[in-house]
Amino acid sequence: MAKRVGMEVAIAAAEAVGMCNIDVAAVYPITPQSHIAEHLSEIVADGRIDAEYITVESEHSAMSVCIGASATGARAYTATCSQGLMLMHELLPIVSAMRLPIVMSVANRPVNAPLNILSDHSDIMPQRDSGWIVIFSENGQEVIDLTLQAYRIAEDKDVMLPVIICIDGFILTHMVEPVEFPEQKEVNKFLPDRVPYATLHPDKPLTMGAFAMSDYFPQMMKAKDEALVNSKKTILKVWDEWEKQFGRRYRPVETYKAKGAEVLLLIMGSMGETAEPAIDELRDKGVAAGLIKIRLWRPFPFDELRKAVKGVRVLAVMDRAVSFGDSGGPVFADVKSVLYSEDNRPLTVNYIMGLGGRDVSVEDFVNMAEGAVKAKKEGYEFYGVGD
Amino acid sequence: MSIVENFDLYAPRLIDKKEYFSPGHRACQGCGEALALRLACKALGGDTIVSCATGCMEIVSSLFPTTAWELPFIHVAFENAAAVASGVEAGLKVMRRKGRVADRDIKSVAVAGDGGTADIGLQALSGAAERGHDMIHICLDNEAYMNTGIQRSSQTPFGAWSTTSPPGKVSFGQRTWKKNVPEIMAAHNIPYVATACPSYPLDLIRKVDKARSIKGPSYIHIFSACPTGWRMESDLAIKIGRLAVETGIFPLYEVKNGKYGITVDVPDPLRPVEDYLKLQGRFRHLGSPEIKVIQERVNLEYGKLIDKVNNLKSWDEN
Repeated sequence: MAKRVGMEVAIAAAEAVGMCNIDVAAVYPITPQSHIAEHLSEIVADGRIDAEYITVESEHSAMSVCIGASATGARAYTATCSQGLMLMHELLPIVSAMRLPIVMSVANRPVNAPLNILSDHSDIMPQRDSGWIVIFSENGQEVIDLTLQAYRIAEDKDVMLPVIICIDGFILTHMVEPVEFPEQKEVNKFLPDRVPYATLHPDKPLTMGAFAMSDYFPQMMKAKDEALVNSKKTILKVWDEWEKQFGRRYRPVETYKAKGAEVLLLIMGSMGETAEPAIDELRDKGVAAGLIKIRLWRPFPFDELRKAVKGVRVLAVMDRAVSFGDSGGPVFADVKSVLYSEDNRPLTVNYIMGLGGRDVSVEDFVNMAEGAVKAKKEGYEFYGVGD
Repeated sequence: MSIVENFDLYAPRLIDKKEYFSPGHRACQGCGEALALRLACKALGGDTIVSCATGCMEIVSSLFPTTAWELPFIHVAFENAAAVASGVEAGLKVMRRKGRVADRDIKSVAVAGDGGTADIGLQALSGAAERGHDMIHICLDNEAYMNTGIQRSSQTPFGAWSTTSPPGKVSFGQRTWKKNVPEIMAAHNIPYVATACPSYPLDLIRKVDKARSIKGPSYIHIFSACPTGWRMESDLAIKIGRLAVETGIFPLYEVKNGKYGITVDVPDPLRPVEDYLKLQGRFRHLGSPEIKVIQERVNLEYGKLIDKVNNLKSWDEN
């Protein structure tokens, strides 16, 4: 039985990356990712894993190094957030199109301006259409588990796509939590060495990253879309295997007291743990409230979400980012598109909250749920900001 | 020089017959870059992985589903060829150590144009050189953004016409002097920096071969004539390269462990720059005052280089 330890989540993330026996890490420091970068460099410096740790001069080069290394068949890792992720943005669709199974931790932080180093989801949302698998974590244990699962998913021959694990900055990365690590030999059983489909090697010269005109480009985009859609089967399979081997269960959409609820809150990331006691409080008050947590952001879990909201009168989507120009939050927009084809769809309202690390308390969730119950029409509002 | 003059006689014995950058690519007639790349690949040999920046050589060689590459080749983006090549090097190194690939000396080589090296790619190049990867960065310098339509770069020479440095009523064309990237790379204290030109194929091959044999980062800046962008006849690429060297505009030298050496002798005194400028439409608007300014600058820069050749010692020497 694995031992429970108290550990800062960023350190735990780096430990989990180390357990994946990575070959190359290329990391550029940025707050609040830096504890992951620092601890991983210690793991390499102590010889606990045999890897090349490349101290690049930018996030753009961090991802470029990962691309080069992954193309040779190596298991490559990076971590970033915020402006660093925005700088990498150019390369993200290239990684997925080249089908390179790179794994990246994102310590979610707002994007400038104004500069803010705390936490929200405005860095990951612009990466939504890059073709990466994107998974949100809620606590330290999930960060460990999802990191260990990530290469297994990414490198599967039916997937071959890069994976982002989202870890809310500070509120999760810098939290000391009780976590447990599986035994290394158990991890090795679960995650064998990468068997690459194609590599850069003189024994079999290949051209990667070719140039394509309108005759081939659309087919390639369709293939990439199919790859991301199909990856869900493998994600579910890997999560089933994980549950069998390690006992913890992961689903694309998690629910809490959602059965028979009149109002459902929908959330992603670490705030799910604050929303749960709010649901308890609402239930105590006689409000039939429940919670939905989207874990798998891409590929989007359409079916699971439809099922989870069936029969609900009001759905309140909590966004930690803004899609500027009257769209509300990005999660709201996607959730509405899921519900469009439903006959009896819930009234869907949107609270944009927790921006720039603004604390959202249990009381705030209770307030939002009670507001949602009274809502008469669809729309979005910035919670707690005033007029 | 005699070898160059009797090239037909010597070439078959001195140059690898195997093509790694094969015919059928889509480069323009008389392209100096394609020639430089072909020769460089011959010197590199088969145990090479090429990471190529976006640019002329990338688009002419890799139009899906065709490829001109007989070497493993990867293109990612414009500004990161050196970073990708450093990732290739790191990946191979660790997997070789772990026994996951054969224990073989495979060289990682970045290839980029002047934009992908001197402008948008300079940061990635500087980072890779500073980190000391065992790799070569080859800059194929045709002195402008030719692939996008002849826009000026930091390598476009003073006075040259380009589509974004047009001469006009109040302008004589490019207003800045060529940024000296070989010097920037020499300042990184990497083991080997060289300039080359496909008009001197044996010199080019020797330098690439030397870079190939060195452990650590090396940089080769190849002056590559572009008949299309330089507004000249397509049979002039070789001649114009020779003139660039003989006028001192692009001296061929190398810096090995800090020690400078001229590798191709030039006439003494240097040929006048006008001999070089007058063959190219991009300079045809220049009058004698501008040409005089260019001549003075070339003399000054050449003098600085000779000073380094005469005075700087290798860091291996006491």
